[in-house]
Amino acid sequence: KQDASPPPRVPCKPMPTKNNLLDSRQTKEKRSFCMVEKGTSLLKKMEISVAEAEKRTGKNAVNMQETYTVYLIETRPVDAASEGTNPVPDSLWRRYSEFELLRNYLLVTYPFLVVPPLPEKRAEFVWHKLSADNMDPDFVERRRVGLENFLLRVASHPDLSSDKIFYSFLTEENGWKETVFETGFQAKADSRLKALNATFRVKNPDKRFAEMKHYGDELQSVISQLLRVRARAADRLYGVYKVHGNYGRVFSEWSAIEKEMGDGLQSAGHHMDAYAASVDDILEEEEHYADQLKEYLFYADALRAVCRKHELTQYELEMAAQDLTSKKQQREELATGTIRTFSLKGVTSKLFGQETPEQREAKLKMLETQIEEGEELVKERNAECEEFVKSAWVDIERFKEQKDHDLREALISYAIMQISMCKKGIQVWNNAKECFSKM
Amino acid sequence: MSAGAPRSLASSGQKSIQDICHPLSAEESALNPGSAADTGLILPNGTPVDTSSLASSSSLLNRLQLDDDLDGETRDLFVTVEDPKKHVSTMETYITYRVCTKTTRTEFDLPEYSVRRRYQDFDWLRNKLEESQPTHLIPPLPEKFVMKGVVDRFSEEFVETRRKALDKFLKRVADHPVLSFNEHFNAFLSAKDLNKRQGLALLTKMGESVKYVTGGYKLRARPAEFAAMGDYLDLFTQKMGTIDRIAQRIIKEQSEFLMELREYGPVYSSWSSFEEDLHDPLEGVSGCMSNCSSALEELTEDMSEDFLPVLREYVLYIESMKNVLKKRDQVQAEYETKLEAVVFREDKKPPVPSDVEKCQDRVECFNADLKADWDRWENNKRQDFRQLLTGMADKNIQHYEKCLAAWESLVPLLQDKQEAEGETS
Repeated sequence: KQDASPPPRVPCKPMPTKNNLLDSRQTKEKRSFCMVEKGTSLLKKMEISVAEAEKRTGKNAVNMQETYTVYLIETRPVDAASEGTNPVPDSLWRRYSEFELLRNYLLVTYPFLVVPPLPEKRAEFVWHKLSADNMDPDFVERRRVGLENFLLRVASHPDLSSDKIFYSFLTEENGWKETVFETGFQAKADSRLKALNATFRVKNPDKRFAEMKHYGDELQSVISQLLRVRARAADRLYGVYKVHGNYGRVFSEWSAIEKEMGDGLQSAGHHMDAYAASVDDILEEEEHYADQLKEYLFYADALRAVCRKHELTQYELEMAAQDLTSKKQQREELATGTIRTFSLKGVTSKLFGQETPEQREAKLKMLETQIEEGEELVKERNAECEEFVKSAWVDIERFKEQKDHDLREALISYAIMQISMCKKGIQVWNNAKECFSKM
Repeated sequence: MSAGAPRSLASSGQKSIQDICHPLSAEESALNPGSAADTGLILPNGTPVDTSSLASSSSLLNRLQLDDDLDGETRDLFVTVEDPKKHVSTMETYITYRVCTKTTRTEFDLPEYSVRRRYQDFDWLRNKLEESQPTHLIPPLPEKFVMKGVVDRFSEEFVETRRKALDKFLKRVADHPVLSFNEHFNAFLSAKDLNKRQGLALLTKMGESVKYVTGGYKLRARPAEFAAMGDYLDLFTQKMGTIDRIAQRIIKEQSEFLMELREYGPVYSSWSSFEEDLHDPLEGVSGCMSNCSSALEELTEDMSEDFLPVLREYVLYIESMKNVLKKRDQVQAEYETKLEAVVFREDKKPPVPSDVEKCQDRVECFNADLKADWDRWENNKRQDFRQLLTGMADKNIQHYEKCLAAWESLVPLLQDKQEAEGETS
């Protein structure tokens, strides 16, 4: 029953393969928990990409002119490439708000799953060179990559990948929005949202979920801190490199008044210019690392959402159970005539006299019905809760493994990037040193 | 060519001292009769002017030995500055350095000396040299004042940087064909106690004569080569100033970057504290960041302590060089004015006043000394800057190499998966 090859790991951006340690790990199957896919992951059948971005203008809901960006989603059956025919991919344009709609639908429909996050709505943790403007081409490009990553994550998820709304998002340009609304998820969304925003206390919190929520909080906090430091550090590093460009200019000017020293100075100056220019590539690569961190910053949020929804489910169960208990108690009181709990009715009846036996009979009957319904509800809610816990925990374990793998890979590529930066630095300064020694 | 402009001196070439005539000697006038007539300074009876002045023969010597690369055989004076030690007294705390001398020169009583000197003593020496040898460029000293609180005057690095600069200073004086014979220098190297008040008696003849050159004479035309020197020094000062500003700016930006870099370590560490599988990798990254921080700290410190001071020395030194150029102008101006006064006198017959002769002598010696020292300075400057800039490149290379080592050692740690990973299920 075990699936020999686990769902494919989806990187944010095509990354150079470092070694085969990863592959060997996957075949070891140390875990007793196996990653059974509920249905085949969509990615095995279909290639998905967000190929391009374009600016559009149009009238919005309040009939005002607006400019927005649309993204081209391309899909192609996997076999096509292997056949060698290479047909034109199917494609359609979607804007960011439609991605948001899709995600909201998934959140409501699969509250027990850690739903992959979208790239950020607005540019945060910017350093001075990056524009915070949504229309900025660099921002749009990074968003395009983030959206593609989102689609690939969903398409490789054992449960989400088989969702029909998701499939039609990728394939049906027109009428998709209507289809989504027809599912009636909005109503569910609204009520859930209201419930989630309300403060409630669960009597017996599930320890595991509480720990997971706490983990999500900590992860979010630490990644935010890291991103803030990174933004400031990027600014500073930019300054360090760029000022070296001034050496280029002054060495050139100086060389003009020297005889023998002139050539060495002049060529060293060129190397200083090259050094200054190299920071742009360095920071672009670092941006990629920041994007990887950001994805998990938002993933932490999705994780916390699952825990919160579990809490809500449990709360509703507890409420139903509590209600049932109180109804049972009322029945007992009515039957035995003893008043155990304080109730206004009890007091008024004491003051104004007991009810008639007929009234009591009617009440008892009503209570019986309510108790029956209540027991049904509790059974239902209990089952819901159990189902939720089971499904959620499976996905949380899957998420944990994905996170460990992805973050480790991110750290490795960050280290490799630093190594490359150091090597380039050594080379430039060696070149300059050679020029200086010829002065 | 104006009447007052001195002839440019004959090149010494490869001749030995004995074969070279003093510019005012009769033999030389025989070689260039025409030019002699122009200046009108040849004594009618053909007798040579007294050439025994210390200044003229020393300037000849100066012109000969332009080559700094003396082989060990010709060098007869070796000086080193070593062994810095801290002295604490009730009044003050200061550093002394051991100055070791080895020499075969007869001007020294002993072949070897070892004395302790402090910065003040070096400063005294330099001032004395400037006073007594005004036609020469005296090598620079490291900066006198350091900003308290910014630089630790007693840190190992600062003391070592200073020692190296003082060593270079003495070596350059020792290698100078004229300065190395200066009596103040001798006293500095040999005297047990440096009595700094005895300076006045040791002024050289040339020093004395130049010292009392009065200003206020107008210079007709500065010779092209000296004008070029002045222009060059102005431009050079500008460039040095710019480089100083750039270096300071880089240090500032690096320090601010360092502040941010230092924040990374703790954040990665605290992250690792609530991770299981990622605990070791994150701790590793944290450690790596600390290493990079240390490396960067060392770089900025080195640049502050080694690079900037040397740059500043040169800027200070140029001020004193410009003063020497100005003095040269004054000496020339005086000569020209006095010569003109004589030329325009009614009776051209009588012997030229020795006053004017002395002036011409001064001008020509000054020019010779200055030219030779300028060439020496150019060489030293080239060496110094080659060393300085190569040093800067080296420091940066070392910084990157340290960071590279840190990151490279991290990668296997990141890639290494713990065998115990599957136990949690």
